[in-house]
Amino acid sequence: MQTEQKIELYKALGLTDYEYSEIKNRLGREPNTLETYLFSAMWSEHCGYMHSRKYLSRFPSGGAVSHGENAGGVQVGEHVIVFKAESHNHPSAVEPFQGAATGIGGIIRDILAIGARPIALLDSLKFGKITNNFSKHIFDGVVNGISHYGNCIGVPTVAGEVSFDESYTDSPLVNVMAVGIVKKDKIRSAKAEPNKTVIAVGSHTGRDGIHGASFASKELNENSKEDRPSVQVGDPFIKKVLIEATLEILELEEVQSCQDYGAAGLLSSSSEMVYKGECGLDLYLDRVHLREADMQPWEIMLSESQERMLFIVEPNGAEKVLNIAKKFDIPARVIGETTTSNKYRLFWHGVEVANLPPESLAEAPKYTLCEEEPEYISEYKKLNLNRTTSIEEAVKKIVSDPNFASKRWVYRQYDHTVGTRTSLKPGQAGAAGIWIHEEGGVAGLAIDSNGRQVFLNPYEGARNSVWECCRNLISSGFKPLGVTDCLNYGNPEKDEVAYQFVKSVDGIAQACREAEIPVVSGNVSFYNESPERRVFPTPTIGMVGYVDSPDKLLKTAFSTDETVILIGKQINDDSDIGGSLYQRVLYDFLGGEVDKTDVKLEKQLEEIIFELRDKKLIGGCIDVSEGGLFGAVFEGIKSGNTGFKGNLVYSNNAEKALFGEITGRYIISTANSDEVTKKLESQQIQYKTLGLCANKKIEFDGYSFNTTELYDLYDKSIELEMGR
Amino acid sequence: MNEEGMIKAGVIVFPGTNCDIDTKRACEFFGWETQFIWHDEISLDKFDVVFLPGGFSYGDYIRAGRLARFSPVVMQLNEYIKKKRGFVVGICNGFQILCEAKLLPGILSVNDNTKFICEEVGLLFENGHNEGESTSIKNREPIKGGDCHLPIAHGEGRYIADENDLRKIKLNHMAFLTYVNNPNGSDENIAGLWDRENNVIGMMPHPERAIFSETGNTDGRAFFEMLESYILSLRGEALALTKQSKKGN
Repeated sequence: MQTEQKIELYKALGLTDYEYSEIKNRLGREPNTLETYLFSAMWSEHCGYMHSRKYLSRFPSGGAVSHGENAGGVQVGEHVIVFKAESHNHPSAVEPFQGAATGIGGIIRDILAIGARPIALLDSLKFGKITNNFSKHIFDGVVNGISHYGNCIGVPTVAGEVSFDESYTDSPLVNVMAVGIVKKDKIRSAKAEPNKTVIAVGSHTGRDGIHGASFASKELNENSKEDRPSVQVGDPFIKKVLIEATLEILELEEVQSCQDYGAAGLLSSSSEMVYKGECGLDLYLDRVHLREADMQPWEIMLSESQERMLFIVEPNGAEKVLNIAKKFDIPARVIGETTTSNKYRLFWHGVEVANLPPESLAEAPKYTLCEEEPEYISEYKKLNLNRTTSIEEAVKKIVSDPNFASKRWVYRQYDHTVGTRTSLKPGQAGAAGIWIHEEGGVAGLAIDSNGRQVFLNPYEGARNSVWECCRNLISSGFKPLGVTDCLNYGNPEKDEVAYQFVKSVDGIAQACREAEIPVVSGNVSFYNESPERRVFPTPTIGMVGYVDSPDKLLKTAFSTDETVILIGKQINDDSDIGGSLYQRVLYDFLGGEVDKTDVKLEKQLEEIIFELRDKKLIGGCIDVSEGGLFGAVFEGIKSGNTGFKGNLVYSNNAEKALFGEITGRYIISTANSDEVTKKLESQQIQYKTLGLCANKKIEFDGYSFNTTELYDLYDKSIELEMGR
Repeated sequence: MNEEGMIKAGVIVFPGTNCDIDTKRACEFFGWETQFIWHDEISLDKFDVVFLPGGFSYGDYIRAGRLARFSPVVMQLNEYIKKKRGFVVGICNGFQILCEAKLLPGILSVNDNTKFICEEVGLLFENGHNEGESTSIKNREPIKGGDCHLPIAHGEGRYIADENDLRKIKLNHMAFLTYVNNPNGSDENIAGLWDRENNVIGMMPHPERAIFSETGNTDGRAFFEMLESYILSLRGEALALTKQSKKGN
């Protein structure tokens, strides 16, 4: 090929001049056409993490099991709970049903590749305003896609968050977290050793999803719909069969390692395995089973056809693998072997068509980002909200806002009980509970994010997100053990986004060190912006905790005649409540400073909650987050179908007192308030007795609401927009 | 109970079945010797009860349960039923398969709201041929909102039958399980059918997901206990005296 055409090619494939010259440096020659395709995929942001890799190493990983593999985990007894979150934002913006469905498919394969059986799914979804018809269409499609795929593969979707904000209109966020369980001695690595047989198991390779990785590495615009063929199509039926076949294959002792086909398909799965194992690989592309016979080598390498796994096997075990695949009616082929050569070589009908050092592909350049504080930060900090609404109107607006209201419309469409492990179901507690019957306890699962706070203060906002997730677990009775993250931002080449990213990574890292929990796995999604809008910087935190007995679980529900007590911080006139949901809902306002987490207090609160729980003094428990003090009391009494009578306004600004969001607060209900308050006093923990649970009405500080009316608004908000 | 007397349960696994492990665990909780049966198995005689568990057999292509009925093991079920060897229980997708295979009347169609529904529902549990026949089910404490609560999880659970079939269902007391608040638009609130002549049971709710106290619901035990007593009487055995001793929890 002429040099001129080659320039066209690498540019068309999204490589920069710098990157192309770096490739030439590393190879000591020009890459050929196929090799240029390979680099363009592996050096895309999606595969190469070029803008983020340098910073992700700041996360603490001590205590994590299998860190750096397809998914990491935390140890519970003889087992490891493996988990990872991943985004599928760009495909979902273009084709919501398939985009969300294949997002689940991808993350499930990561869990599977470790050798773990997937036991739960969680999701974090962000859309534009629910009243916007386009957002409605995306929301409906995404939920439908998750429902269709998750339900079919028999993995319960047990928890999640859904929010709506204008900033996500053009770039919805679809983050999925998968959780699996494996005996510690059965964990498989993705490292390849030399002189082994390489077997491709699963669906035929087709033209779908080609360049999906580079598609996910650019901003969406009006031409994005033309990228639709880049969105893969999933088949949950084949996936379910592939799960069972993979777990059976991994039982074979001849199987050395396993990797799923993710972004950039066969290319990234095979090159990562040999890179991690520091060996070489010879792949014979004409042996790959194809859906379309005339596919070219570059298409075979980059295809993102779903439901495929790659196994590295002792040569004498190859037949056993093929036999298991046959039993499950899944196609499988031997497509190559690992070598001692430290060369990544591809062959096409006997001819060598690519020959690269594996590290040149895997070690994409790392970019340094701008860390200078953008102007907007100080401007937004200065903003003041000086409007008020009548409390009657505010209460009704908050309970019927889809960000706060019941998400039953969503989780009713997800099978959340398959697997017979679900101890805490959606809507019952701050976190989901998955019974680990292998060990006798229950794992707590939560996923949370707060784009508004991170936008205002990337460092403290991200730090708060981690602690908020901790409180979700603690309020349900779980000790937090480990974190996965899914980091969603705009274009990192823009300084403002670069700052948001770097500072929030630092905030997460700091919070994890403070909470003494490792980041076991994660994912980054950049370019979530259009010419009109950019998403709030949204680091989604997924967390796993554990409690050794189902008897120690805490639920949200308050019961009639119980006393309601606030434990922890109290809002006063000076409290920082920047990013609070009510300001956005009532006034479309975003500004001010966010509250800062007090680590010592958080740890004290964790201890006292668990102590009260163990003494059976807690009726219901809930951490105070979106919707503020009022929101938490409301959820407690709604869940227990009771009412409330007492006082909630403890500062001059009633709205701030009721709905303002700060860190470090829990609300409990108790039938033994004397004993509880004595305990709190003896340990010098700040608390406030708020009132009593009573039937039918919500009464505080001279306001009175009929529960039937408010509960109805809360229950039907999303249903009214979306249909039953 | 000795090895001989142990109830033997088989759980059929199709490609796409996803409640197989749950069903096996539930059977084992009652001390039943339980085995998976791969979809190409052709001998069912050793089993006292054969389960068609929930899931998406063959991907639910065409319609739920439509393809599974052509599998070797479902062909074999006809023999098993004719011989009155034991019970056939189809749960969720298994119920759909039994209807598609004409082993039970009617069909299961898309829920009336067109969406997948997963929740716990109140159910009325009707047991025995004749009114007033006393069993362990009838004697249980009544639960508010119905005799019991069980999870449902289906997209195609709306039971439909023609007038003839509905008459037959009524005449033969086949609708042993009905919804208190019909979630999916099923005819006559039907959640489960029992062909008492042929020992074939089909139901949309999942009793196997409501066995363990760790999941917060043990109402499904009543169904398995009932099944056990029928299996034992089918064998001509009296209710085992040792029944209590093998059930912990």
